[in-house]
Amino acid sequence: MTNTISDIEKADVILVTGSNTTENHPVLSSFIKRAVTFRGAKLIVADPRFIQIAKFAHHWLRQKLGTDVAWINGMMNVIINENLYDHAFVEKRTEGFEELKEIVEKYTPGYVEEITGIPRADLTDAARMYAGARAGSICYCMGITQHTSGTDNVKSLANLAMLCGHMGVEGGGVNPLRGQNNVQGACDMGGLPNVFSGYQPVTDLAVVKKMEDAWGVSGIPSQPGLTVTKMIPKAHDGEFKGLYIIGENPLVSDPDLNHAKKSLANLDFLVVQDIFMTETAQLADVVLPAKCFAEKEGTFTNSERRVQRVRKAVDAPGQVMDDWKITAEIATRMGFAMSYGDSREIMEELAAVTPSYAGIDYDRIDLEGLHWPCPAKDHPGTPILHREQFTRGKGLFHAIDYTEPAENIDTEYPLFLTTGRLLYHYHTGTMTMKSEGLNERAPSCFVEISSHDAQTYDLEDGSMVKVESRRGDIHAAIKISEKAVAGTVFIPFHFAQAAANKLTNAALDPVSGIPEYKVCAVRISKAA
Amino acid sequence: MNDQGNITINGNAFSFEPGETILAVAGRNHIDIPTLCHLKGASPTGNCRICVVKIEKEKDLMPSCATLAEAGMVVHTESSEVVKARRLIIQLMLSTGNHNCAIRGTSSDDWTRFQMSVQAYDDSSELCPVWGDCRLQDLAYRYQVEPKRFSDAGTPYPMETVNPFIVRDFSRCIKCGRCVQACNDIQVNNAIQFGYTGSNSKIIAADDKALKDSDCVFCGECVQVCPVGALVEKDVRYRVRQWETEKVRTTCSYCGVGCQLYLHVKDNQVVKVSGVEEVAPNFGSLCVKGRFGYDFIHSPERLTAPMVKENGTFREATWDEALDTVARRFNEIKETSGSDSLGVLTSARVTNEENYIANKFARAVLKTNNIDHCARL
Repeated sequence: MTNTISDIEKADVILVTGSNTTENHPVLSSFIKRAVTFRGAKLIVADPRFIQIAKFAHHWLRQKLGTDVAWINGMMNVIINENLYDHAFVEKRTEGFEELKEIVEKYTPGYVEEITGIPRADLTDAARMYAGARAGSICYCMGITQHTSGTDNVKSLANLAMLCGHMGVEGGGVNPLRGQNNVQGACDMGGLPNVFSGYQPVTDLAVVKKMEDAWGVSGIPSQPGLTVTKMIPKAHDGEFKGLYIIGENPLVSDPDLNHAKKSLANLDFLVVQDIFMTETAQLADVVLPAKCFAEKEGTFTNSERRVQRVRKAVDAPGQVMDDWKITAEIATRMGFAMSYGDSREIMEELAAVTPSYAGIDYDRIDLEGLHWPCPAKDHPGTPILHREQFTRGKGLFHAIDYTEPAENIDTEYPLFLTTGRLLYHYHTGTMTMKSEGLNERAPSCFVEISSHDAQTYDLEDGSMVKVESRRGDIHAAIKISEKAVAGTVFIPFHFAQAAANKLTNAALDPVSGIPEYKVCAVRISKAA
Repeated sequence: MNDQGNITINGNAFSFEPGETILAVAGRNHIDIPTLCHLKGASPTGNCRICVVKIEKEKDLMPSCATLAEAGMVVHTESSEVVKARRLIIQLMLSTGNHNCAIRGTSSDDWTRFQMSVQAYDDSSELCPVWGDCRLQDLAYRYQVEPKRFSDAGTPYPMETVNPFIVRDFSRCIKCGRCVQACNDIQVNNAIQFGYTGSNSKIIAADDKALKDSDCVFCGECVQVCPVGALVEKDVRYRVRQWETEKVRTTCSYCGVGCQLYLHVKDNQVVKVSGVEEVAPNFGSLCVKGRFGYDFIHSPERLTAPMVKENGTFREATWDEALDTVARRFNEIKETSGSDSLGVLTSARVTNEENYIANKFARAVLKTNNIDHCARL
C-alpha cells in the first residue's frame, strides 16, 4: 500500500476493485465502511459479483470478467475530456501524459459499455466522483492482479490515481491489499527471483558484490531466476530437479492442479517444511516440521509496509524447530556454515544489508511497528509513499490497451468461472479447517450461481453439480446467491476435495507470472 | 494558560480542545471517571450514566462522556452527590441480573436461593464466568455496593448457545449498548440492535433471530467490548479464568492487515485471542479467523518429527538423518545438474527473518536466483 490502513478513513472517495474486502480483509473493510457511513466518503465498487461491500457503494460497476483495463481507461477518458484531471500534478510529477491521452481517447463510455457491460452513465458518474475527490483512495486485491492482464490492470489504476493527483497525499494512494500475513515481508526479504532483500536487483553487479562480501561467498548469479509459475512447468519437463518448499501448499493453490501435481511428482527431490502434512507435503521425499506463528519470535510486515513483532506464546510440539534454524542447519551441512543465536541477530544482519530496513530493530518496534522505508535508526518510517517524488523521479503514465482474457466462453464452455476466498476460511484451509466452528460456518465447497442461471440449467439450491473446464472437473453443491450475476459462477478455492484450481487456467501474466485465476470458461451439469 | 480557555476539574485547571468531552479532558489528565457504556471510536450515548459528574451551577448531574468541556466550567468527579448517584446505578444493575459474583454480604439463605436460580438458568454451579474480569464487578467493589435484594434471573430470554463461537447470556446483560455500537459503529456489520421495550428490552439480531441466522459474521467485537458476562467466547466460558492466563502480544497470522492481538495462554495452550486496543493497525478489532481460528496451533495433526519417504511411504526420522539427507541430495543435484536445477519456494506465512535466511540460502548456498513464494497464487 502506498498509504496506511488508517488513512483510508481520511479519503473522501474510495474506489474498491477486485477485492471482496469484507470477507478477505474484514478489519480493513471496517475502515471503508466507517468512512462511508460516518464520514460522508463516497464509495465506488467495481466488481463482477455483488459482494457485501457493494451494498455500501454509491456506484457499483459490474464489469465483465477480465475487462478492467477498459473501464479504467474509460474513466480516464471521461476525466480528460471533461478536464477534471489534476493539471498541476500531471505537469510537475508525471511524464507520458500525451501517450496516455492518445490511448484512452477511443475508450469512450459507449465503447467501454460494449466491452465491459458497465452502463455508460454509471461509468461517467463514477469517473466524475473519483476525479472530484479531495483525496481518493484506490484499494485493490487479487481480482485485479490474477489476470493475464494483471500488470496492465495495476498500471492502469496507477495511471488513474496519478491523473487525478491522488498520490502522495493523506487519504489517497493506490493500495494493494495483501492476502497473506507476510506476503509483503516475503517480497521485501528477497523471496523473489529478480531481487535481493529491499528490492535490490540481482542484475546490479554492485549489489551482488555487496551481498557476496556480506555473506562471505562468491559466485552469486546475476541473472534473474525462475518464478514459481515457471519452475512448475520446468519440473514437468525434467529440467528442474530439486525444490525446497517452505510453508506453502501449491497443490491446492496452483492453477491447473492436475498439471502441477504431475510436475512436482516428476522432481528428483522435493523437501517440504510445514506445520501440517499438506497435499504438497505428501509428495515430498523429506518433510520437516516447523513452528507456527504462536511458537516463534520474529517480525511480519503487513500490507501497509509496517514491520511488526511476532512473539512466542507457547512451546512447539514434539521436535519442531524454527524455520530459520532448519534452513541454517541444511546450509551448514551443505558446507556453508550458518548459525544465529536468535531471530534478533538475523534482523540485525538483514537491516545491515537492506537499505529500506536499515533503521528497524526489535527495540524500536516493540510497541508499535514502523513503516519501511526506514533508512536510519533516527528515521520515523514512511507511512505514505511518493509524497515529494516517485521512486523513479517522475511518475510514468503507461499507455495501455485492453486485451481479452486468455480464455473466453463459447458454446462448449458457456459460463465464466471466477474464484476467491470465503470469510471463514483462509487460503488452502490447512489452518482454518482445524477449527470446528469455522467448518460449521463454511463446511464445504459450493458453486455460487445466479438464480437466472440456476433456472437456465434447471438446478436447485443445494443440488450437486459437475463443473468442467478444459483442464479438469470437480463436484460441488449449488448455492443460489444474490452475489452472483448471470453468466458467471464463483467457486471458493479453499477445499482440496473439490479444488477449484483443477478448473482454473494456468495462463500467466507475461510480467508478473501471476496465473489468470479470476477468469476461465466452464460448463455445468447435474452430477450423475 | 488562560482561565478563559480552561476547565476546572477537582480543583485543577486544564486546557482543552474545542469539541472535547469532559471525560476526554479528564482521561488525558489521568483523572479516572468510571465508564461502562462508553466506547472509544463510537459516538457517546450517555446510556448507563455511570460517568456522571457534578458541574457547578448545573441542577442535574451530567454524563461526562456526552458533555463538552466549556471555558470556566467547574467539575467535580467524585463528590458525595456523584458517588451516591453511581452507587444507585450500580445497585440497580446488580439487582436485575444474574450477577453472582459474591460481592454480596447478605444472608446465606438468600444467597443460596439466588445461586440456585442462576444455576438453573446457565447450567453451572460456578460463579459468573467473567468473575475477576468484569467492569460491573470492579465498580461494585470500588463503590462498595450491594444489591438491595436478589433477583430471580431477571430475564425472560434463555441463553443462546447455538452458534460455535459466542454464548449470549441475557441474564447478565446490563443493556449498556456497547455491543450494539461495536457492531454498528466500529465494525459496521449492522447485525445487532436494541429490541423490545421496557423490562423486556433485549439486544437482538435481525428480527430477534439467533446470531447464526442473522447478518452476524462472528468478528467477536461485541464479546471484546462487553463489560460484563453477557457475551463470552463459547470455548472460554467456565473453562478459562482470566487469572489463569498470561497474555502474549503478537501479530495475527492470517491476512495482510497484520492485526495486533493477544494470545491468552493457559498451561502452554492458546485458549483465547483478543485484539490489542488503541494500537494500529486494528485498534482492537479482529475478524472471525483471527479471533476464533486458533485451533490449528494445538491440532493433533501437527507435524512433530521429521519424516523421510521410503518406498513410497513416510517414516519418522531423526533431525540428523533428515537434514543430512536433504543436504546430500541438494549437493548431488547441484553437482550433476547445476545450481539452476534447484530452487526454493519461500513463504508468505513465515517471518521476515526466515524469508531472509531462505533468500540467503538460495543465493549463497544453492547459488541460484530460483526463489519465489506464493504471492502470485
